[in-house]
Amino acid sequence: MIEGLRTAPAPLLWQDAVISRINENTPRIKNFFFKLSNPFALRAGQHVDIRLTAPDGYRAERSYSIASAPEDVGELELSIEKIEGGEVSSFFHDVAMVGDTIELRGPIGGYFIWDVSDGGPLFLVGGGSGTVPLMSMLRHRRAKQSSVSTLSLISARTWADIPFRDELLEYAMGDPTFKAVFAITREPSRRPVDYMRRIDGTIIREVLSQLPTPPKAMFICGTNAFVNAAADGAVAAGMAAALIHTERYGGL
Amino acid sequence: MPTRGFVGRRPADSGGRLPPGQHLTEDFPVLSFGPTPRIQLDNWNFALRLGPRPVKTWTWAEFNALPQTSVIRDIHCVTTWSKFNTKWEGVDIDDLLRDAALTDPPPFLLAHSCDGYSTNLATSDVRNGKALVALKYNDMPIPPDHGGPARLLVPHLYFWKSAKWVNAIQFIPDNTPGFWELRGYNDHGDPWKEERYQGD
Repeated sequence: MIEGLRTAPAPLLWQDAVISRINENTPRIKNFFFKLSNPFALRAGQHVDIRLTAPDGYRAERSYSIASAPEDVGELELSIEKIEGGEVSSFFHDVAMVGDTIELRGPIGGYFIWDVSDGGPLFLVGGGSGTVPLMSMLRHRRAKQSSVSTLSLISARTWADIPFRDELLEYAMGDPTFKAVFAITREPSRRPVDYMRRIDGTIIREVLSQLPTPPKAMFICGTNAFVNAAADGAVAAGMAAALIHTERYGGL
Repeated sequence: MPTRGFVGRRPADSGGRLPPGQHLTEDFPVLSFGPTPRIQLDNWNFALRLGPRPVKTWTWAEFNALPQTSVIRDIHCVTTWSKFNTKWEGVDIDDLLRDAALTDPPPFLLAHSCDGYSTNLATSDVRNGKALVALKYNDMPIPPDHGGPARLLVPHLYFWKSAKWVNAIQFIPDNTPGFWELRGYNDHGDPWKEERYQGD
């Protein structure tokens, strides 16, 4: 292929990563921490590709969002939800152990990313494990001691299913410029600021009004139906489509 | 090196149709970088351009009056799902070029979408029956989430090349990266060579 004046890009190489820790995030999501053989700089919101190889050479690849912040050097955190019938997520939940070597490559993605220098206000909307890349942004914001006005709206089935719940609450407790709102779909909500239904246009509009000025960027991650509800709600509330960044799960 | 304890769930019998690293899905996952645009057909038009210069523009009615070609193809997303036997109908790029009387287009193109998306392709990858501007999926108008009213269909390449909400094809002399290609994804995107990212 003719490359013109562009220099040939360096290939994104597969590398060995060793699982250093595993802990529970929610009943359905576990956090896996990896020591990379070839550490890389990342931007909050990016993902990696994982490759598993069977003894006969058969391989399965999947993409997983990075939960750790660019500042979290030393370990890369992936938070993986167990999907019924999920070939790779089931392996992680049922088979993988500390000490195992996993092949991965990254970081990947250059649009669903946020840096404190991008400013705000910042509006983050996550459905279930769609919270993962948003968490990288919030941890990055925290590590930089940024006071960019930020609101996270996280939807989960139950209080126990809210990913990173205690960390989000802790951030909100000590930071007047950050608000965490939850939408709980299958049990009563526990705090007056939370909602007890699926995210809809009304919720988006009400939550948007809690920011001091209209957001400069909105990031939505979750299932397609979830993303559409949040994105359509934001457009209806007057947000420009170009400010709305979406990431939708695709396939198992 | 095998991954300890990984057996995998091979497709029953893909007949050699599943590229490396892909898995089969019966669903039709939706992936896009922003809100789904809602496009009014009255305002829709499609442009063929040579560099900055418009060669021809079609309205929705004019575009539908062009010869319509129906194909059944396997599609492969870079996020590793593949879907077999998807049925599309639309305007073959060769027919589009014929209607615009463009006989020898430059070697590269950018497909542009109404939401600001773009993707680059070699012209040889859309000629000789390889690509459509699709208007129908499964005999029905393409749903907005899947790129309707019109999306590019280049099924032999990873599906990000099949731009949703496409409204222009711009032929250019040099290969110029599009939206995802500027952000690390491969200029070509052949699933059989696993050309997922720049440098693959």
